[in-house]
Amino acid sequence: MPQPLRAPLVVEFPFTRSLGPVQSAFLTGLRERTVLGVRTADGRILVPPVEYDPVTADELRELAEVAATGTVTTWAWNPAPRRGQPLATPFAWVLVRLDGADTALLHALDAPGPGAVRTGLRVTVRWAAERTGSITDIACFEPYEGESDPYEGEPDPYERERVPYEHEHEPRPRTAGGHDGRFDDPVTGIVAPARLDYDYSPGRAQSRYLHALAERRTVGERCPSCRKVYVPPRGACPTCGVATAEQIEVGPRGTVTTYCVVNIKAKNLDIAVPYVYAHIALDGADLALHARIGGIPYDQVRMGLRVEPVWTASSRYPDHYRPSGEPDADYEVYKELL
Amino acid sequence: MTRYARDVAIIAFAQTDHQRRSDELSEVEMVMPVLHQVLRRTGLRTGDIGFTCSGSSDYLAGRAFSFTMALDGVGAWPPISESHVEMDGAWALYEAWVKILTGAADTALVYAYGKSSPGEVRDVLSRQLDPYYTAPLWPDSVALAALQAQALIDAGHTDERELAAIGARSRADAAANPYAQLAGAVPRGDMVVGPLHRGDCPPIGDGAAAVLLAAGDRARELCERPAWIRGMDHRIEAHGLGVRDLTDSPSTRLAAERAGAFERPVDTAELHAPFTSQEVVLRRSLDLDSRVRVNPSGGALSANPVMAAGLIRLGEAAALIHRGESDRALAHATSGPCLQQNLVAVLEGDSHG
Repeated sequence: MPQPLRAPLVVEFPFTRSLGPVQSAFLTGLRERTVLGVRTADGRILVPPVEYDPVTADELRELAEVAATGTVTTWAWNPAPRRGQPLATPFAWVLVRLDGADTALLHALDAPGPGAVRTGLRVTVRWAAERTGSITDIACFEPYEGESDPYEGEPDPYERERVPYEHEHEPRPRTAGGHDGRFDDPVTGIVAPARLDYDYSPGRAQSRYLHALAERRTVGERCPSCRKVYVPPRGACPTCGVATAEQIEVGPRGTVTTYCVVNIKAKNLDIAVPYVYAHIALDGADLALHARIGGIPYDQVRMGLRVEPVWTASSRYPDHYRPSGEPDADYEVYKELL
Repeated sequence: MTRYARDVAIIAFAQTDHQRRSDELSEVEMVMPVLHQVLRRTGLRTGDIGFTCSGSSDYLAGRAFSFTMALDGVGAWPPISESHVEMDGAWALYEAWVKILTGAADTALVYAYGKSSPGEVRDVLSRQLDPYYTAPLWPDSVALAALQAQALIDAGHTDERELAAIGARSRADAAANPYAQLAGAVPRGDMVVGPLHRGDCPPIGDGAAAVLLAAGDRARELCERPAWIRGMDHRIEAHGLGVRDLTDSPSTRLAAERAGAFERPVDTAELHAPFTSQEVVLRRSLDLDSRVRVNPSGGALSANPVMAAGLIRLGEAAALIHRGESDRALAHATSGPCLQQNLVAVLEGDSHG
């Protein structure tokens, strides 16, 4: 049999996502070089903040600023950065508990090598030059030579909110900041591009079908059990659940079994609307395939119309089908193929 | 004595030879042979099956609606009673088990497949992460597992030597598993994302598996020694990695408790631990001591068709019971980064004689 076909395939979506009040405040804060957490009922501060308590499911709305410095809680050395990751040179993935926070944030740490990284390392945010309200407004973390976590070793975080400074007689601030999460111009949504690259292979049956099409032949496959001929073949008979292997050339002519009129132009498709897209039962096939109908005004296409494929010079498949000039097929002939 | 309304058993299991690439096969062409094998072993035909459930993810191979095309291999026309989960097939098995417990079916066909070869599975899996704070950083599956491994090392629960030994033991055991992709003496290899080396990571490949379930007397008719599901439960943890204690798996422990795993010792455990470090977490969470055989199949370190590898753990455990090589086995499946979601089943065979 011929070699299975392979071809590159890119699947790409720009997901547009709206942000709730908590995520909006956090990402807007990053734009303004401020890190915000959210306070739980028991006084813990979650960074990055979530809308619902992961333990109690309570709704969380009270934002609290934490420091841009923190401590690595675990790390992983990445010697070969992949597309889309925060740094293009080798770096460490880190979970960082920012000073004032009780949970850790995932990000990248710019470090010269794994020997320069350890759990407990003090780090600080390196802000991106251009910030839009996104987790990537933190370009990465970098090692920080400053003081250790001022809250290290302190008791219950809820308690420490209320322990006054001995010499100041006022509530000890959780962090240097104190931003409440309200912004004049909050970010309300993000666009999250997702791209995945594949080296796609369609398998045996469809490779056979596509190889034949390249020779301008349409070849279906017959079910060994019910004897139906499937075009295009997918390798199995959906009624019997067995493999199809016997190849049967069908067409080239066929009958329009049903159709629709397309009135909206698809993006990147250079076909004038309105046009007709039809189910076509090729002669000898027991399943209709679908294709565009051309060479006839759209409002004259009808069920039973006899058609033939139109090939273009460089194409591996029919560009469209056009009327063959034969009399229309009788409904009784194709009614099982609708 | 069972805690459920009906006794349900795994009565047949089949899997493909797991391979690095399978360019010559579409998903349905890969799945169909294992469907036919489980049917042939029990003498059942498609029309005899009460419920069909599958697990897969179209993102792996980049083929939209591959799961509907895979259904062609079942013989799904005229329409059958079926369902699909965008998860490992272990969760499809769970759904099928519940369906049988409700009395809506007496038999069920469960299958799963994963074709990772066309894409970059490390990147594909990053698309299941939180889209606001995590996915934009593109942390790949090995990176996240490595963060967990380092946390275990820092906590003193393991070291790189023990991790290497888990990889070596798994591949040595896989030498007796004809379906394994990676078996025998496998070098530890280069660092992928430190502290994890190539040998700490699962092979990337394509494969499929199928299981048949049946209730009560139907199971006894169709299988000489059914693998009875004595308990099964699944639990999930918070999605925020920095919220969790990555050295522990409370969801696994709770699922095991609810499945009755701690009521009596098991002789065998098939654990779905794609990374060596994850076996350390699971052993601790399940209190498995050295008397329990862990992953005699070689586990996911020897063959890891994503979306099928968890179902294969249930199938391997059941097959040991079918063959009389286990009387009470634990099977575990996981989903998500760093063992985020976990399913535990306890399987038993009837006493001999």
